[in-house]
Amino acid sequence: MSATEHSSAVTITSLPSTPSVLSQLWPFLALLSLALALPLSGNDYWALIATRAAIYWVLVSGLNLIVGFAGQLAIGYVALLAIGAYTSSVLAAGNVLPPVPAFLALGAAGVVGAVFGVVVGLPALRLRTFYFAMTTLGFATIVTQIALAWQDVTGGGIGIAGPQLPAPLNTAWGFYFFCLAVAAVCTWITGNIARSRFGRALVAVRDAEVAAEASGISKPRLLVAVFILAGALSAIAGGLFASLQSYITPDAFTFDLSLLFFIAVLIGGRGSILGPLLGTIVLTLLPELAAPLAAWSTFLYAALLLVIVLAIPGGIAALLDVRSRRPLPDKRAILPKLAALEALIGRPKVSGVLSLRGVVLSFGGVRAIDGLDLDVRPAEVHGLIGPNGSGKTTTLNVISGFYTPDEGTVTLGQEALPAGVPESRIRRGIARTYQTPRLIGEASVLQNVMVGATVDGRASFLEALLSLPRHRRDEALMEKRAELALAAVGLGALAHVRADRLQHSELRFMEIARALMAHPAFLLLDEPAAGLSTGEIKRLGELVRAISRQGTGVLLVEHHADLIFDICDQVTVLNLGRILAGGTPAEIRVHREVVSAYLGS
Amino acid sequence: MLASILASGLAVGAVYALIGISYNTMFSTSRVMSFTAGQVGMLGGVLGSLFILRLGLPPLLGLVLTLASCALLGVVTEFVAVRPVLKSLDQHLYVLSTLAVALLVQNLTALEWSTEPQPFPALLRFDEGIWDEKYWLPILACAATVCGLEFLYRRTLVGRAFVAIAQDNFAARALGLPERNLRIASYALAGAIGGLAGFAGGQLLLAFFANGPLLNFYGFVPVALGGLGNNRGTVIGGIGLGLFQQAANFLVGGIFSSVAVFALFIVILLAAPQGLFGAQAARRV
Repeated sequence: MSATEHSSAVTITSLPSTPSVLSQLWPFLALLSLALALPLSGNDYWALIATRAAIYWVLVSGLNLIVGFAGQLAIGYVALLAIGAYTSSVLAAGNVLPPVPAFLALGAAGVVGAVFGVVVGLPALRLRTFYFAMTTLGFATIVTQIALAWQDVTGGGIGIAGPQLPAPLNTAWGFYFFCLAVAAVCTWITGNIARSRFGRALVAVRDAEVAAEASGISKPRLLVAVFILAGALSAIAGGLFASLQSYITPDAFTFDLSLLFFIAVLIGGRGSILGPLLGTIVLTLLPELAAPLAAWSTFLYAALLLVIVLAIPGGIAALLDVRSRRPLPDKRAILPKLAALEALIGRPKVSGVLSLRGVVLSFGGVRAIDGLDLDVRPAEVHGLIGPNGSGKTTTLNVISGFYTPDEGTVTLGQEALPAGVPESRIRRGIARTYQTPRLIGEASVLQNVMVGATVDGRASFLEALLSLPRHRRDEALMEKRAELALAAVGLGALAHVRADRLQHSELRFMEIARALMAHPAFLLLDEPAAGLSTGEIKRLGELVRAISRQGTGVLLVEHHADLIFDICDQVTVLNLGRILAGGTPAEIRVHREVVSAYLGS
Repeated sequence: MLASILASGLAVGAVYALIGISYNTMFSTSRVMSFTAGQVGMLGGVLGSLFILRLGLPPLLGLVLTLASCALLGVVTEFVAVRPVLKSLDQHLYVLSTLAVALLVQNLTALEWSTEPQPFPALLRFDEGIWDEKYWLPILACAATVCGLEFLYRRTLVGRAFVAIAQDNFAARALGLPERNLRIASYALAGAIGGLAGFAGGQLLLAFFANGPLLNFYGFVPVALGGLGNNRGTVIGGIGLGLFQQAANFLVGGIFSSVAVFALFIVILLAAPQGLFGAQAARRV
């Protein structure tokens, strides 16, 4: 790095700005023009290879949302390709019902694929990673075995003819253009999802599941929508695949093919559309470039997978992401703009007191909370202090619904809050931060904060898929609010930086910005001052005060006694899960037991 | 027919249980589920056939060489696919790295050995109906392994160190146990157990490169049902799976028996994700 580069990096102007539309779009346009120019080669063999790449991408584009975005290791997606191929072939051939036109058969394959996409995906909602990988692997084995055994319908080992598309799509180049068009549409719709609140929620579920739940994201509903989409796309790809092969047998759907799809996503990199697209093209071309490689192709794929996992876990996308390698200015200050809070939070609609009554929670033989009564009032900063293990964070987890208390109730106003449903809290106006910041490292700070407003979205998954006006309005609104929230906490300049490049103290403020996105009536802060400098703690204190002046009740778990006594209206001291003392900071400061047990004289 | 179901069910069940124990042995010291468990099982058959049938070595030497090779593969797995990703266990990179190693092994076998199933030699020439060695050898191997492991874990210092690491890795390291060496040893042991499964079940499964994924799946089912790391549950689950599969095989035919196994597996797992004998996982806030 040269000296001039370094000196320019220190000024604030060198921070990444909003990426322009063109800079994101040109690689896709370049690929598309290349694809459109391919017929000029006049080589039918290239038409076959390129058609195959386009068909594979139709499947991989959907699988990318599952593997690359949601982080679910679905390794057996060849099963859905097979289901689509057989459904369309059987319908077009008329083995079961009267023959139907090829396009109708393709559509039917899509519907069947959507159903099976959910069936294959369902275990992911309950099972751990390796288990899910295994069930998809098992499913892939089963489908080929059924295809082999169900001779009346599938033709068994002899096979069945694929659907034939009508003219002019029945020539090599005609079919190529059709597949290219489908692939382009897939790129567009999966790109739409990736950039929508659904895409951000998928990544949040992957990297920060706890924060995602507290932001009101329902993992099952989200994943089912994506499984439907990926299943339908995979099965349509299967129909096109059968048409390209013109004749299919169960041998066509080997596990090697599944591996190609899966590895294409990983080579491409998580959370990217361009990366997996390039990955698909590379893997399709690889065995064609050198004929002797064909036998070794799966071996090569596996070797490639190992290298990627061990050496470049970010894949192609990380290599292409030049913006994130430029140094950030090292002297950055967090300067909250308290004036922005008014427009951001407004007046919280939900009001009333957040009350805990007689809450008891044991872990095994240990009573973490032992009969706790607590009232947090709107527009008040309520400090919760006590030695380690006194039950402070556990109390927050009970309020935000992660823990189910053995006894006692949590109510907001007149309404009881159901235990064990953390997704429900944000809609009732309860937002929170965490002792260790829960962030999506690979997403920008702005996107991280936008996750906090996921429940504000009005547009459905389908509207987001097609980028309809309501969805675009949602996105514009969320982005504006997120910028406002970042300005309010003093991170405005870092909006477009990858979150994992921030300093620890900045992450704490980022979490507050994310929590503020939901117009919270109550804000639960878990040790927000841990790891902050003295100056930052002071500004944090001002920020928290200003938030409470907007009418938001703040429950503050903290060890910095000075901060607590500075900004709290009420303080509760816990010890061994019970209340040791409660009252105003002035009362607590001189409370004899508190001083001896916790503060020290 | 009942006798054949019992004989073949117990035999394949014992093979599945051994593969399951191989999974557990690796899991206990590293918290990693490795896709190589099925591949060492496959190699047990292939190497046995290679050493005894193709190279003409005496069966006992063949067995020793097979187990040694499989143990070596276990150690290689630890070095290549497990150790580098242990730091970030929560990202589940081990699923991908062990899958990659498993596929490398499988494809290398396909390319260098054969893509067709090859015969596995009869070791003792003891073949009368259901008392054929191909039925009782796996059961004997399974029983010997279980007894050996029990002895190891309960009576020897090394075995107790294994148990300590499995129960609390941090505490064990704080006590000064050589965690890394014990992990390598456990991967070697797991490789040998998997190899023994493939060797003992060689006549049932033949020396076939594609046995790996099959054993991966059917060996994983008892682990999932019995609860991760629970060898007793795994043996019960493996025998149960073998009997169920063979009964379905005889009654409704081979392909629908795999469908039945798969369906049953999914249903049980969805109902009890921690397994039938496992403990509930704690919350992670």
